[in-house]
Amino acid sequence: MLSRTAESLYWTGRYMERADFLARILEAAVRLAALPARDGAAATAWASAIASAGVSRQFAASGRTPSEKTVREFLAFAPDNPSSIRACITAARTNARSVRTALTIELWEAINGAWNGLNELGEPSKRDDFVRYLEWVKGVSLAFEGASSRTMLRNDAYWFLRLGGAIERADNTARLLDVKYHLLLPAGERVGGQLDYFQWTTLLREVSALTAYRWVYRESVRPWLVADLMVLNRQMPRSLASCQGMIVSYLDRLATDYGRRGPAQRIASARLTRFNETNIEQIFQSGLHEYILAFLSENNALAAAVHDQYLV
Amino acid sequence: MSGHAGSDQVRHSYRTLARWLEAAPADLLQARSRQAELFFRRMGVTFAVYGDVESNERLIPFDVVPRIIGAAEWDQVERGLKQRVSAINAFLKDIYGAQECIKAGIVPAELIFTNPHYRPEMQGRRPPGDIWTHICGVDLVRTGEDGFVVLEDNCRTPSGVSYMLENREMMMRLFPDLFAEHRIRPVETYTDMLLASLRASAPDSAGADPNIVVLTPGPFNSAYYEHSFLADKLGVELVEGGDLFVNDDIVFMRTTEGPRRVDVIYRRIDDEFIDPLTFRPDSAVGIPGLMSAYMAGNVTLSNAIGTGVADDKAVYTYMPEIIRFFSGGDPILGNVPTWRCREPEALKEVLAKLPELVVKEVGGSGGYGMLVGPASSTAEIEAFRAKLIADPDDFIAQPTLALSTAPTLCPDGGLSPRHVDLRPFVLSSPAGVRVAPGGLTRVALKAGSLVVNSSQGGGTKDTWVLDD
Repeated sequence: MLSRTAESLYWTGRYMERADFLARILEAAVRLAALPARDGAAATAWASAIASAGVSRQFAASGRTPSEKTVREFLAFAPDNPSSIRACITAARTNARSVRTALTIELWEAINGAWNGLNELGEPSKRDDFVRYLEWVKGVSLAFEGASSRTMLRNDAYWFLRLGGAIERADNTARLLDVKYHLLLPAGERVGGQLDYFQWTTLLREVSALTAYRWVYRESVRPWLVADLMVLNRQMPRSLASCQGMIVSYLDRLATDYGRRGPAQRIASARLTRFNETNIEQIFQSGLHEYILAFLSENNALAAAVHDQYLV
Repeated sequence: MSGHAGSDQVRHSYRTLARWLEAAPADLLQARSRQAELFFRRMGVTFAVYGDVESNERLIPFDVVPRIIGAAEWDQVERGLKQRVSAINAFLKDIYGAQECIKAGIVPAELIFTNPHYRPEMQGRRPPGDIWTHICGVDLVRTGEDGFVVLEDNCRTPSGVSYMLENREMMMRLFPDLFAEHRIRPVETYTDMLLASLRASAPDSAGADPNIVVLTPGPFNSAYYEHSFLADKLGVELVEGGDLFVNDDIVFMRTTEGPRRVDVIYRRIDDEFIDPLTFRPDSAVGIPGLMSAYMAGNVTLSNAIGTGVADDKAVYTYMPEIIRFFSGGDPILGNVPTWRCREPEALKEVLAKLPELVVKEVGGSGGYGMLVGPASSTAEIEAFRAKLIADPDDFIAQPTLALSTAPTLCPDGGLSPRHVDLRPFVLSSPAGVRVAPGGLTRVALKAGSLVVNSSQGGGTKDTWVLDD
């Protein structure tokens, strides 16, 4: 396959996943900002959404200050933000269009339909409409994933599309987990208190994992167990360990199809081994935030290795 | 229903269709027409129109009434096309080689050497099998009962063949019973023929299984749909400039499994954009070093560099003499009578009857830069007259009677004659010259309009060549 084709498929996968992630972050912010709390909890919630999306610098440079209005606009619609939901869906569609013949009709219709929907839905400003908009974005990513898994041949086109999605999802889960680090508890609120509990619960809800948490741990929500679920639990499809497992398996399928392994396979396998050798106590001891920063940087290194090996 | 301008008789080849239409329900054609449009839109069979910001992806209007050509007449056309394109290939070989036709006074030297599409880099070069224009689209019009004449040769990157194929698909879907009542020669073999031609044109270095690619400027090009369609049908990669690179005069494409050698490039990019090192340095769609690999004989470009010199509108006027010179016989397909405005006598005549003529810029294409006398205001004609006098070398003129008509579905549901032309696609390879039976019929949808170009709002029809 042409490297450009693989690259376009890979980025189609990444951008669609990112659009979904932004919708989840914004949902979390809407929910957290609605909490009855003292001392500007709402403003903190919106600022944390910007930090979690990894666009603090761009947001500050644009001259905006965090508020419900500016953050919603910046993360969902802003033309000057290349990582807004609208920009992600548009970029996914542009990539998909340039390799249209590598896609099934169903997959193309899912992506093109999402792009058409951007114009039809416009920029809802009322909170109710905005929440429905976020629901629509999540639906778009479900349709995209359903169409790809139900209609595509299991060949390199499929592996590159899914590889992009898995690398992006690993990045996103790590950032979402880090939201909690950016969410300072206001003075007078204690760790393990009502607000702290609500914040952790919201995170679980945003990765559609609150029920899963109850099934797995059968106790009330505790920070280290939430972290365990989102970092190490292999049953949880968004966990870092699961994402890493998917990345390894997609890279292995490519290596098998092509008859050749390379740096990307080696880096990915080594990381998976490290997941299997660690536990949540060790991670908390060395600091969850530091662990996440290291994970994000390794994830970037892996993405760079994939790029060098296949996409140039 | 009329076969050509000025005749009310039903052409023989249309009799079965005419009977069928009389028996069909009144609104059938309109219903089928709407079905066709829905289907084309869903499949994204589109044509981009430059400068049209509102909708850069537009459907080409499709007319559901087929154009029908009888077997005997087509056989004559096919012989003529083979003769003409063989002569064009011989002419290009000669221009870039011995230049006998210039020495013999057949074509004026300055017409060749000052031609913007003449490539001095190609002087003394011989592409594999001496094939220069592997794919040639010849625009034909009917001028009367005695058959077709050539309006224009397209030897560089002729487009439209995807519509020839898609239109047939559409008609078979919409009117299966009509196909049962006619014996229509299939056009679907075109892509097989194209693949065979490209394979046969590979350089000797390529071995038994040459690697063929289609080169496109990218998704924003007006004919991108066609490029991806052809790559799909041929089963080859659709590449952009950035997908290829040249190392040691060998062309490679970048794949997920490493560099892969490329032997034949069916390129849909014009000469001047193909290699920024040789031609336009500002071209971002080309491949640096491609010309050097081409000169080394390591890759076949289809069509060859420099073929544009043969489809120039000024060279066109010499085509009957060129055919005689290289084939030794009379041209089977004539030209439209044409005045060369570069000749003072002809210019005088053209200026005298400007309102009756079509005047074309020698280097123009796509219906741009032309005057259609009968459809123009006095002011437009006078403005054009000034341009013509200022630079007569740049223009040729033709009578307007030259375009025939074919029955076409109108918005009111009735059939009316509309002007048409026909672009058959002629494939040349060292193994011979072949023509798909039929071609792309383009139709001017406005009553009286002579402009059939899709960039100017023209439409297309399926073209049926009967087998008996």
